[in-house]
Amino acid sequence: MSIDRRKFLAIAGGAAAIGIAGRRTLKVLAKNVISKPSATLAGKRWAMVIDLKKCRELPGCTKCIQACDYAHNIPDMGNSKDEIKWIWKEKFNHAFVEQENYFVPDDVKNNPAILFCNHCDNPPCTNVCPTQATWKREDGVVMMDWHRCIGCRYCMAACPYGSRSFNWRDPRPHIKQLNPDFPTRERGVVEKCNFCEERLSRGLLPACVEACPVKAMTFGNLEDPNSEIREILNKRFTIRRKPELGTQPEIYYII
Amino acid sequence: MLENAFSGSKKYWTWIIILLILIGIGTITFIYQMNTGLGITGMGRDVTWGFYIAQFTFLVGVAASAVMVVLPYYLHNYKEFGKITILGEFLAVGSVIMCMTFIFADMGQPLRMLNMFLYPTPHSLMFWDAMSLGGYLVLNVLISQVTLDAEKKGMHPPKWIKPIIILSIPWAVSIHTVTAFLYQGLAARPFWLSAIMAPRFLATAFSAGPALLILLCMMLRRTTKFDVGYQPIQKLAIIATYAMLLNVFFLLMEIFTALYSGIPGHAEHFKYLYFGLDGNYRLVPWMWLSTILAVVSLILLVTPKYRNNEKLLVIASASVFLSIWLDKGLGMVVTGFIPSTLGYVPDYWPTLPEVTISIGIYALGALIITVLYKIALSVRRQLKVS
Amino acid sequence: MYDTGKVIIGIIIFVLLFTSPLLLNLSSGEGTYRPDPKLPASGTCVESKSYMKDYHMEMLNTWRNMVVRQNYRYLKTSDGKYFEINGHRAEMSLTKTCLNCHHKAEFCDKCHNYLDVQPYCWNCHIDPSLIKKEVER
Repeated sequence: MSIDRRKFLAIAGGAAAIGIAGRRTLKVLAKNVISKPSATLAGKRWAMVIDLKKCRELPGCTKCIQACDYAHNIPDMGNSKDEIKWIWKEKFNHAFVEQENYFVPDDVKNNPAILFCNHCDNPPCTNVCPTQATWKREDGVVMMDWHRCIGCRYCMAACPYGSRSFNWRDPRPHIKQLNPDFPTRERGVVEKCNFCEERLSRGLLPACVEACPVKAMTFGNLEDPNSEIREILNKRFTIRRKPELGTQPEIYYII
Repeated sequence: MLENAFSGSKKYWTWIIILLILIGIGTITFIYQMNTGLGITGMGRDVTWGFYIAQFTFLVGVAASAVMVVLPYYLHNYKEFGKITILGEFLAVGSVIMCMTFIFADMGQPLRMLNMFLYPTPHSLMFWDAMSLGGYLVLNVLISQVTLDAEKKGMHPPKWIKPIIILSIPWAVSIHTVTAFLYQGLAARPFWLSAIMAPRFLATAFSAGPALLILLCMMLRRTTKFDVGYQPIQKLAIIATYAMLLNVFFLLMEIFTALYSGIPGHAEHFKYLYFGLDGNYRLVPWMWLSTILAVVSLILLVTPKYRNNEKLLVIASASVFLSIWLDKGLGMVVTGFIPSTLGYVPDYWPTLPEVTISIGIYALGALIITVLYKIALSVRRQLKVS
Repeated sequence: MYDTGKVIIGIIIFVLLFTSPLLLNLSSGEGTYRPDPKLPASGTCVESKSYMKDYHMEMLNTWRNMVVRQNYRYLKTSDGKYFEINGHRAEMSLTKTCLNCHHKAEFCDKCHNYLDVQPYCWNCHIDPSLIKKEVER
């Protein structure tokens, strides 16, 4: 009870009280000494290349989307208005707006591209967030803190890629199969692809990369000159979505 | 002073009770929204800001417009405005409170509101908007309270309030500039990405605000014995005229740039607004109504003969207000999202609960403004009697 | 004071009405009810009982900030050692670590319900026992 009151004071009472709260946090920290995981993929700048040629080999395949949906408890809200999506398919002219030529090979035109958060180097969404509930990590992952998000949706207005979704209703009843290893979300917060940071920290590849049957997605560290992703980027011509905005997306596409 | 709000005629109490009922209905609907989620509104994954944020934006303009009576009175010593500065300041107080309530209604997690201040984030314009709006509210409450108190005692306002009043002038400009920056700094939304947005916001504010004040003064003249007189209203009309001319000029500049350059990302939004896009004509009739009202109001305002006629001035003021409300309170926010960043043309129209909550918030503002005006007018009447 | 008698009667009625929930609970014996959270049969907790009693919510709050905002995952306890479950390092996780031993309904909820607090942890973090039930069904 007394802690509750102190907590209240910490919020209401300004700097002096924040001092008390800070000391209390230290006390908790001293109790649980915490250290970095050892088994992390040691990377500095995560990125991904998606080979849409390979992707087109299996038209209609949704393995990557299914894997993500289960891994992150993505609900199926049943209508496009309330829809939540982290990874999804989009026709070429929607995925690469204003880049479409009049004459395009049929298979490019008619087959979808796989879209998700671009984990930009220069993310406009994190810039506008008024509570630092979304930010760019040192390794390039654009993170979300669902405990802190106030649901103002400024980040959704700022994202040029439509990568963010808002929980317009309680998502829990709409999740087909609950995965206890990952939290669901509350109504009223924004969410998006997290580059499977919870898997990266355990040394695993993102769920979509792992699930792809034709290995169309290559995930890796851009700062490692010997990485597979760097090799691909050196050999193949790739494009990114809306590069003219200066956001520096870190998802590269081979068309 | 507050005791004056609790004694009034039957008409006054009827009005108060109507407002309280509307606030009550709005509150119940808001509780429903809290329990169900913002899914009960017309907003969705593509159109993520709608009616609430549009009303917020429009009302920031109304709030900022108080400067149009404060500035001539205090900087240019225009004595005719002596009677209405307090009305302008109280209008600002009511408007800012409505703005804040609209933001509150729009949040997914309103109870976490304090996070904005627990984790202050200077690189977010939303933080600056909250700061400038809060500051503007404090300034106007303080100024109106001190000046009215002095008036009640039959003295001049204390000297220290003068610099605060002067500060409130650039502050008023800042609140609407920051609100425009909220939009015009987003690379993702070409419709808003226009340097003229902030000046245009100010032009709309300084025409719709004085137009509303003219209507309020006329209403006070009919319902109470308080008459601000002919001259101040004419002066307000001239301010509204110039601001409305600038607004239309700025709008034409925007349309020219977007349509003549023909960049699809810029042009398509205007096509959606005025001609419809991909079979979606949702806003077309409203935008043309706004255009017609703008033309009508300008004809009435620019011609001295019509402007000087107070009956026609009422029509002109109502046209200005409605024209700008349609443009800013209905079209401006939503169109930033249509077409979407992926080139889709989503649909948006406010739902019944959304409109009910909005009406509740407007009723709250009306209640605050009514009570504040009642207090101001009662103080003045007592002065006259004694 | 005018109408002393009436005022005193009024005060007494007010006090009785105001304290009626307490009085009713006392008379029905519910006032002596103590919550009885069920501890797991075996195993050690990450920290001492008294510490957990006083600070578990602050500890969880620290965990969540460490995991989400600072990318620290594995739990070291106050003795400086990694906490282990079945020979594996335990994560700072309500679902994976706490609820690995404790049963939400029989442990957490007992006191929370008694105090009528509704921690919003459960709005998102999943009680694994519910999933087991679903699978069985």
